[in-house]
Parts: sequence; structure tokens; C-alpha cells
Amino acid sequence: MEELNLFVKSIFVDNMIFAYFLGMCSYLAVSKNVKTAFGLGVAVTFMLVVTLPLNYLLDKYVLQPGALSWLSADFAEVDLSFLGLIMFIAVIASATQLVEMAVEKFSPSLYNSLGIFLPLIAVNCAILGGALFMQQKDFGSALTASIYGAGSGIGWVLAIVGLAAIREKLAYSNVPKPLRGIGITFIITGLMGIAFMSFLGIKL
Amino acid sequence: MLSKRSKEIIFNPFSKENPVLVQVLGICSTLAVTVSLEPAIVMSISVMAVLAFANVIISLIRNTIPPTIRIIVQLVVVAALVIMVQQFLLAYNYDVSKKLSVFIGLIITNCILMGRLEAFAMHNKPWPSFLDGIGNGLGYGIVLVIVGFFRELLGSGSLMGYKVIPQCVYDAGYMDNGLMILPPMALIVVACVIWVQRARDKELQEK
Repeated sequence: MEELNLFVKSIFVDNMIFAYFLGMCSYLAVSKNVKTAFGLGVAVTFMLVVTLPLNYLLDKYVLQPGALSWLSADFAEVDLSFLGLIMFIAVIASATQLVEMAVEKFSPSLYNSLGIFLPLIAVNCAILGGALFMQQKDFGSALTASIYGAGSGIGWVLAIVGLAAIREKLAYSNVPKPLRGIGITFIITGLMGIAFMSFLGIKL
Repeated sequence: MLSKRSKEIIFNPFSKENPVLVQVLGICSTLAVTVSLEPAIVMSISVMAVLAFANVIISLIRNTIPPTIRIIVQLVVVAALVIMVQQFLLAYNYDVSKKLSVFIGLIITNCILMGRLEAFAMHNKPWPSFLDGIGNGLGYGIVLVIVGFFRELLGSGSLMGYKVIPQCVYDAGYMDNGLMILPPMALIVVACVIWVQRARDKELQEK
């Protein structure tokens, strides 16, 4: 039950885009049409589900103060938490590389449609942000971490597909000249954010 | 003191090549840390420091980095610098570093960094790269400060934590606009800044 609550909360309430602005760069750049937006969204969700449990285990068994005590009692005092950032980004970058190679080998059609986005995901702040929030929230197990990853990813997909759909329609409207392009996109995202705020306080 | 080219490198990012308003890089942190002025200033200084030194380091080793793994090399250099900034803030400015929470760590994935490293430091000598880092850091900081200024002033009636709107104004019926503190308004304030900038500089308008 708690997991379900976490899942729903990470989609609607703690939405990566509207509540924390994570992954904003690719969100703005790749939301010109629904199809590519959806492709990127799926790639981000996938990477979140894969890397969050990995980073969880890394944090729990290597980085936290006293985490190395399973090796031998001598290490019980070791605190490696200052290495967190560099380890997380290394895991994310190498997982991206692995996933890219696997997708290229086993599903060339998916690879072609995702092509350019896959390597870019290594520097998408939603993934690293997910890992850092996971560290803050102190989850109980790797499974919970991947549920959180799936929820955050789906929330991200919802946001980017919604924006892409609006932007497709926007081509027919008469926007003030200085606002065209990026300006109006910011305002739309702001309004979508206000709409999403009505989910605040949801509990299952 | 500075040659013409150096001046261009430093001052172009202020308006025509502003990393946030024109190139649309580093949006996440621009929006997230601007609830009030103080974290916005700390954030811009941190980004400027990391950007300047990462540019110098990458520029020094640019001829030895194999092109296939350059992204990972860049990430490692940036991550090491960000860890230094993070530990420094934890030691000397604990309150602000609590407010910035994960966003100091997220400087690593700030697109401004990757963008400048790829576009500038990989092809230029250390000194111009350093200036480029400072210039872009300032261009980023100026947007943060503008947005932070308006959000704190209108949202909580204070600047840097001090009340600036006098009590008599509140007595006359003025109220702080709570919406300004919430995340969505950050986007709309940035949109207004873009609006003003593009209305003044017609070259930047999109079709």
C-alpha cells in the first residue's frame, strides 16, 4: 500500500517537471512533436527504473557511513558519502552506454527512433535528480527505489507529451512576436504546473 | 587591460548569447533556486566557479582526451569540482546549502557546463576558456538574480531575508502574492524576462 502511495505521489504530486524542474532542458528542446517527445519520455523512464536501484545498492552498501561493515569490522568507521555525486554520475553514464549498446544490438528499430536521445540522457538532470532525492528519502529497499523511479518517469512522460500536444496546436495561434518559441513554452509549462498543483495533498 | 576579443568573450553572454534566455541552457536550476535572492546568488557564484575552473582544466587537457570518451572525462572533472563546492558550502554556509538541497549536486548535469565545455573549452586555450567561463557564469547569474529579486519581493515582501515593504502598505490592504513562491510562477517570471529582452532586441525573435 505504501508503495502504491509512493508511486501515485511521484507521478502527480512530486512531478519531476512541475515540482522540481528536473530534466527541463530536454523537456523544452524535444517537445515539438508528440512522437519524439514520447520516445524520449520512454527512454528517461527506462533509465530511471534501471539506475535508481543500482544507485540505491551503491549508496546502501558502499557509500553511507558504516556501509562497508559487511566487508569486515575494520571498515565500520568509513564514511564515503562525499563520493556520492561522482559515483552516481558514473553509474548513470555507464548504464546509459550499456543500454545504448544493448538496444542497438537487439532492437535496431527502437534504436533508430531513440538514437540521438539515448546518449543525451546521461546529462538529463531528471536521472541524477532522482538518485539524489532517493538518497534524501531514505527508501527501505531497492524495489521501492525502482517503483519511485517508474513513478517519476511516468510523470515526466505525462508532462512532456502534454506539452508537445499543446505546442503542435500552438502553431495555428497568433502569439506576440517576442514571446514566440521559447517564451510561450515557458508560460504554457507554468500554467500546466498550476493545473498539476491541484493534485497536492493526494493520499491513497 | 583586456583585448577586444576577451571583452567579447566576457560580455556577449550578458545579452546576445545569454546561456539561459537565448540558448535555453541550465533551466532547471534557474527555476528551482530563485524563490528568494540569497540562494540565487550563492547558486550563481557556485556555477561560475565550477564553470570557470572546469573550462580551464578541460582546455589544458583538450589535446589528450580521446574523442570517444570525452563526455565521461568532462563529467568526472565537473563532478570533482562540484564536490569541492558542495563540501565548501556545507562547511561555511550550512543554511543556504540546506535550502539548495539537491541542486548543488545537479550543477553536474547543468547543460551550461556541458555546452560550454563542448563548444568552447575543447577548442580554445586556457585563458580565453577561463574568461568564457566567467562570462557565461555571470550571464547565468544575472538572470537568477533578476528572477530571484522579483519572486522574493512580490512573494514574501522581503529581499535577502529583510522586510523591505513597510508595514503601512500592508495596513492599507496590500498582500504578498503567495503564488510567486510556488514553482509554476518561476516559469512565468522567466517568460516575462524573455519577453522584455526580445521586445528590445528584435534580432532574437523567433518566427
